[in-house]
Amino acid sequence: MTESTLLMKHDAILDMIAGMAGVLRKHLDDRGLDDPAIIGIHTGGAWVADLLNGQLGLSEPSGLLDISFYRDDFTQIGVNPQVRPSKIDFDVDGRNIVLVDDVLETGRTIRAAMNEIFDYGRPASITLVTLIERSGRELPIQPDVIGLSPPLGDGDHIKLEGPDPMSLEIFHGPRTGR
Amino acid sequence: MPSLPTDNLQLNEHGRLRHFLTIDGLGRDLLTQILDTAESFAALPGRPVKKVPLLRGRIITNLFFENSTRTRTTFELAAKLLSADVINFNISTSATSKGETLLDTLRNIEAMHSDMFVVRHAQSGAAHFIAEHASPRVSVINAGDGSHAHPTQAMLDMFTIRKHKGDFTPLRVAIVGDILHSRVARSQILALNTLGVSEVRVVGPRTLLPVDARALGVHVFHDLEEGVRDVDVVIMLRLQNERMDGALLPNEHEYFRLYGLTDERLENAKPDAIVMHPGPINRGIEMDSEVADGPRSVILQQVSYGIAVRMAVMSMAMQSQSDLKPEARPDQPPEAGGHA
Repeated sequence: MTESTLLMKHDAILDMIAGMAGVLRKHLDDRGLDDPAIIGIHTGGAWVADLLNGQLGLSEPSGLLDISFYRDDFTQIGVNPQVRPSKIDFDVDGRNIVLVDDVLETGRTIRAAMNEIFDYGRPASITLVTLIERSGRELPIQPDVIGLSPPLGDGDHIKLEGPDPMSLEIFHGPRTGR
Repeated sequence: MPSLPTDNLQLNEHGRLRHFLTIDGLGRDLLTQILDTAESFAALPGRPVKKVPLLRGRIITNLFFENSTRTRTTFELAAKLLSADVINFNISTSATSKGETLLDTLRNIEAMHSDMFVVRHAQSGAAHFIAEHASPRVSVINAGDGSHAHPTQAMLDMFTIRKHKGDFTPLRVAIVGDILHSRVARSQILALNTLGVSEVRVVGPRTLLPVDARALGVHVFHDLEEGVRDVDVVIMLRLQNERMDGALLPNEHEYFRLYGLTDERLENAKPDAIVMHPGPINRGIEMDSEVADGPRSVILQQVSYGIAVRMAVMSMAMQSQSDLKPEARPDQPPEAGGHA
């Protein structure tokens, strides 16, 4: 059985997201990125996206992206039969998109998400927001707004559980020697 | 005695779908997985870009020994929506008509790096034959072999039923028409029973029903009104003209008089019963236009769902190829161990 450590509970996560909303608002204003539209990556990213959407007081609901069909590891893991359809109800063309995920590690999910967004249209810009940023990047992908960058041990794996209540858990796996 | 995964040509040693040849030998879980996977694909056409890059770079060859523009086109579309490249091998104008054997045709096309064959053939067992002789890296999808099986049609029919009715267990389903010669009916009956419907009925004249119909796990009716009484789903099969030439039926008007579906006859079924047909419909023979175009007909939806189901089957079969170990190259020793 994998050991796990509770990193953060629901209320603390909400506070962190409120803080991120403030940083995001400043980031967008400084760059003149107006009328932003939020897209969250299923599942954890979507929870964070919805909360950020509320914090920023945007009128449109956030879009939802399931990147299963754009993953680069299809030959290893196959088609997940429980893929939820992506749902973006606004027009992506010319919009300043805020792309939200829960954990940024290798960067492959974000690469897949951007490919999928560009299938919907041509955004004016994409700002990347992630609740947790951790080591392990394999692609040149950088977040613009981060909640937390916890130092993690070799073999550790961090996960956002939720949606109600949310919690951040660190699972301690065998050392990978990376 | 349950068959082991290794005994079943269709499944690889991990129990994953490698070839899709017949519903026979596939369990409820796998059929449900096909339906669930198709569900994800069914949502795609609403997007501006209908394709996904899942099978980009793969080559899918349509090997149609029997003419069929409709089925071939839906397989082609399904493959293209997965971003695969499609080759259409039109057999009637190819070397086979010059006497090339089936195996030689297969080897020739494999030499062209095809990852998957979609096969339709007038001989029962043709798809199995090709699957048995295909190289390990190739998957075979049966698009209809003789009077044996048409599993993708059956699965799209199951998908349609699930979309409209949800749970299979309480359903009564009537299949009407030329069951005897129908590979579609055979596959549908197998699928319906595997998915656990309450009752499968076959309805038709004695000349068009198999003698051993009850062995298929169905109830036999020769009267259409009784056959559709209280059913949730009516599946009408296409009447092929050859049956009339073979004196199995007096003529098409007689067929319509006894077995043609009309609104009046449909009153016997449940009020929310759906009407299905694999297509193309012979209006005025299998059903009249009021039924074909009426509120209970889901025939056009079957066509759309057919694309999603074929995408599901193709991607599942293609994915099973990743269970294969990479072939050791002659100039390199096999890998000593895995990497992270």
